[in-house]
Amino acid sequence: MIGAWITIGIVTLIWALIGGVGPFILPKGPNRGVYQTMIVLTAVCCWLHWFITYMSQLNPLMGPTLTRGEIYLMGWVW
Amino acid sequence: MGSLFRSEEMCLAQLYLQSEAAFACVSELGELGLAQFRDLNPNVNAFQRKFVNEVRRCDEMERKLRFLERELKKDKIPILDTGDDPVAPPPREMIGLEAKFEKLENEMKEVNTNQEALKRNFLELTELKHILRKTQSFFEEAAMYHGNQPSETNQAEEENLLVNDYAKTPYTKLGFVAGVILREKVPAFERVLWRACRGNVFLRHAEIETTFEDPHTGDTVNKCVFIIFFQGDQLKTRVKKICEGFRATLYPCPETPQERREIAIGVMTRIEDLQTVLNQTEDHRKIVLSQVALDIRVWFIKVRKIKAIYHTLNLFNVNIAEKCLIAECWCPVVEIDRIQFALRKGTELSGSSVPSIMQRMNTKEAPPTYNRTDKFTQGFQAIIDAFGIANYREVNPAPFTIITFPFLFAVMFGDIGHGILMFLFALYLVLSEKKYLAKRPENEIFEMMFDGRYLILLMGIFSMYTGFLYNECFSRSINVFGSAWNVNAMNYTNTTLQASGTLTLNPNVYGVFRGTPIMYPNGTGDPYPYGIDPIWQSAGNKISVQNSYKMKNAVIMGLLQMIFGLVLAFYNHRYNKDYLALFCEWIPQLIFLLCLIGYLCVLIFYKWAVWNVSNSNSAPSLLIGLINMFMFTKPTWAKKTQLYSNQNEVQITIVIIAILCVPWMLLTKPIILYLRNKAKMKQLVLHVDPIYNHDSTANMGTTRYAGVRVAVDETSDDVAILDHDHLDDPETASITPKDEEEKFDMSEVLIYQVIHTIEYCLSCISHTASYLRLWALSLAHSELSEVLWTMVMHSGLSVKGILGAFMSFLIFWGFAGLTVGILLVMEGLSAFLHALRLHWVEFQSKFYKGEGYLFTPFSFSLIVEGRVDE
Repeated sequence: MIGAWITIGIVTLIWALIGGVGPFILPKGPNRGVYQTMIVLTAVCCWLHWFITYMSQLNPLMGPTLTRGEIYLMGWVW
Repeated sequence: MGSLFRSEEMCLAQLYLQSEAAFACVSELGELGLAQFRDLNPNVNAFQRKFVNEVRRCDEMERKLRFLERELKKDKIPILDTGDDPVAPPPREMIGLEAKFEKLENEMKEVNTNQEALKRNFLELTELKHILRKTQSFFEEAAMYHGNQPSETNQAEEENLLVNDYAKTPYTKLGFVAGVILREKVPAFERVLWRACRGNVFLRHAEIETTFEDPHTGDTVNKCVFIIFFQGDQLKTRVKKICEGFRATLYPCPETPQERREIAIGVMTRIEDLQTVLNQTEDHRKIVLSQVALDIRVWFIKVRKIKAIYHTLNLFNVNIAEKCLIAECWCPVVEIDRIQFALRKGTELSGSSVPSIMQRMNTKEAPPTYNRTDKFTQGFQAIIDAFGIANYREVNPAPFTIITFPFLFAVMFGDIGHGILMFLFALYLVLSEKKYLAKRPENEIFEMMFDGRYLILLMGIFSMYTGFLYNECFSRSINVFGSAWNVNAMNYTNTTLQASGTLTLNPNVYGVFRGTPIMYPNGTGDPYPYGIDPIWQSAGNKISVQNSYKMKNAVIMGLLQMIFGLVLAFYNHRYNKDYLALFCEWIPQLIFLLCLIGYLCVLIFYKWAVWNVSNSNSAPSLLIGLINMFMFTKPTWAKKTQLYSNQNEVQITIVIIAILCVPWMLLTKPIILYLRNKAKMKQLVLHVDPIYNHDSTANMGTTRYAGVRVAVDETSDDVAILDHDHLDDPETASITPKDEEEKFDMSEVLIYQVIHTIEYCLSCISHTASYLRLWALSLAHSELSEVLWTMVMHSGLSVKGILGAFMSFLIFWGFAGLTVGILLVMEGLSAFLHALRLHWVEFQSKFYKGEGYLFTPFSFSLIVEGRVDE
């Protein structure tokens, strides 16, 4: 569904902004290079982890096994 | 990139110091803390060095200061710490300091001995006073006895004789001694006396109530007064010897009561006088010590600095003829100006007319590694240095480790609640760091945690993020966006529900999972937008589904970190201009890794994107597929081993490329080195003259100066490049370069290459499998927190009523204690260790050599803090 593409697009855009624009708006200082490395690496790592989590759930090959009570409850509440 | 990417550029400099200015210059350099001096006299014994006497004098001064410090501690006078950092005084002031310390030490020693003597005197007088008092009662008893029972026992008679006859006739046979003895020894004393004198002596003793202080050791002891009566000289000598043996002090005791009274009065006055004298001595001692306490810290620092300067001066080469000292030091290239400024300042301070000279030198020796760190990056640099100091100007993994280490830790530790706790703890450490930096904590474990406070802070932040992705907060999930699974769409009938206790949702049924079962490329599912769906928290098959997700996560992250390591290796090769290694080692390494694990990761993503529940029956296992790829088994749709069309052709190509990489890695470099060496040998045979000629025309315009080439017309401010560094023996400098290069040994090169190729190829598989610990530890962590919740907290929360409130309160303490102890401390340490191992072995083995040595500059701040031994 298109929903999946929208989600992927939005989240990727957010992390790309952080990782791509962030390094340039840092104030000048002696450790600027270190902070730039940190921001880019953070963006890449966090996006990657999210992406893997998202992709692994995109097309589930099996569903969750629930007990009777849980099924009743979820039918009610969710 | 920041300066942390590579270690700083260093240069070897030679310093020429005037003898008078040497001390002041070294003092300035010590304050600056940017130069590491080399030992130019390695063959000289420590006792034969030039400044060994001065060092000895400094040691003496330190000993005196330590004695004074001990006296201060004994009297519990606090040492004044103003935070002052005094400069090392010049050598001529050293004599003044020495004299002052000598005087103080003598004074203190004198005061101490006087005090001891006075106390001993005081002790004796007090004992005498007690003796006089007690013997008074003995004699009175004897008089009473005499009055009441005239002649009952032998003893009474003896006393009778004593009182009457002794007073009347000076020529009596009975004598007595009086003294004081330790209370514990009295029974033994009695027994020995009885045995030795065959019962012919008579002992009376009485306890002294007040305790005495032993003047020498300062212990408190209990003593007894005793008096022994005997007859004859032989017994007298025997009794005296026994008293000596038992270390009893004997006092002359007068017989008549009047004499006793007079002496008692005299003793009392003397005791009072002594007490006043003792008090005055004590006051004087306190005054002296409090004066010392004001200055002693400053003196300590001064003496330490002087000693450090003389130790450094001992490393220099002394040229007595020219009256100058030659030093060699490593220093960062960017700091040469500051060092020259310090030298100039030192020369001015010492009032010398001749300026000190500093010159850069060329050398083939490897410089030390200097990474400029601040309080934030220092923790991360420390864990890299713990593995091995980087080679000079090698790529430093520290700036990347700042993020990747906490991130990998968080993958293994992911839990929002635990992450918050860790973050808060580190925040407390960071906010109160000024307090702890001023006074370092004494507990070593807490000190280690304090040193790594920024590390723990980042680990906590990333743990919160991965906890949010894993959807675990103390093992409970949070439903933020609404689950993608819909139970009602399954349309379970009551009969189905009554029939079995557990049911599995089927995503093939329309509406159960948002977006399915429309298959790619027409559509895909629409899962929970950020993180693991909260429904999995309650699912029975959560573990088997999450296992697949976490294992693949681990492999993908492992591959990316290893590729990153190879990229850094590329930067290393390019900086060293080692194009041979680049083409013969790096490219096949990269291709090999990508062909194997890179292909696997591509398949992982493909299978996730394309395979759906509707064709899940024919979904092939990726691992089996990989194994079959190497066995050249053709994948077919029928046997459910095929993932995509033309898979067989693609896989055969990939395997052949990977296999070709192995001889590429193995053989190309040795062959090229062999051909190069053959060409060089041919060239050397044709050439007759040696390449480095000692008196060649290249050295015109220079002179030899103490074994070193110096430009002839040169001012003190120039920074010129010289030929040899001083440690080279001038005689052997004429030898051809064969000594500088290793001899080419084909077998060695081949063996080295074989080892490295095998190591790399095996590591592609083994390191990838090693990254699976990311899965294993995160599974362990989530299971532990789940157990802790269900077994501990849940049992408290599920009790009803008022009792439930109490139970929850009590059980929370258990829950909290176990969480902190097991999950935070134990699991935290475990994940820390495994993340560290992943960095040290799997990441760094791709590019890091780590065989350098650290830059330890001559810096007073390091020495005074006690961090550096001399």
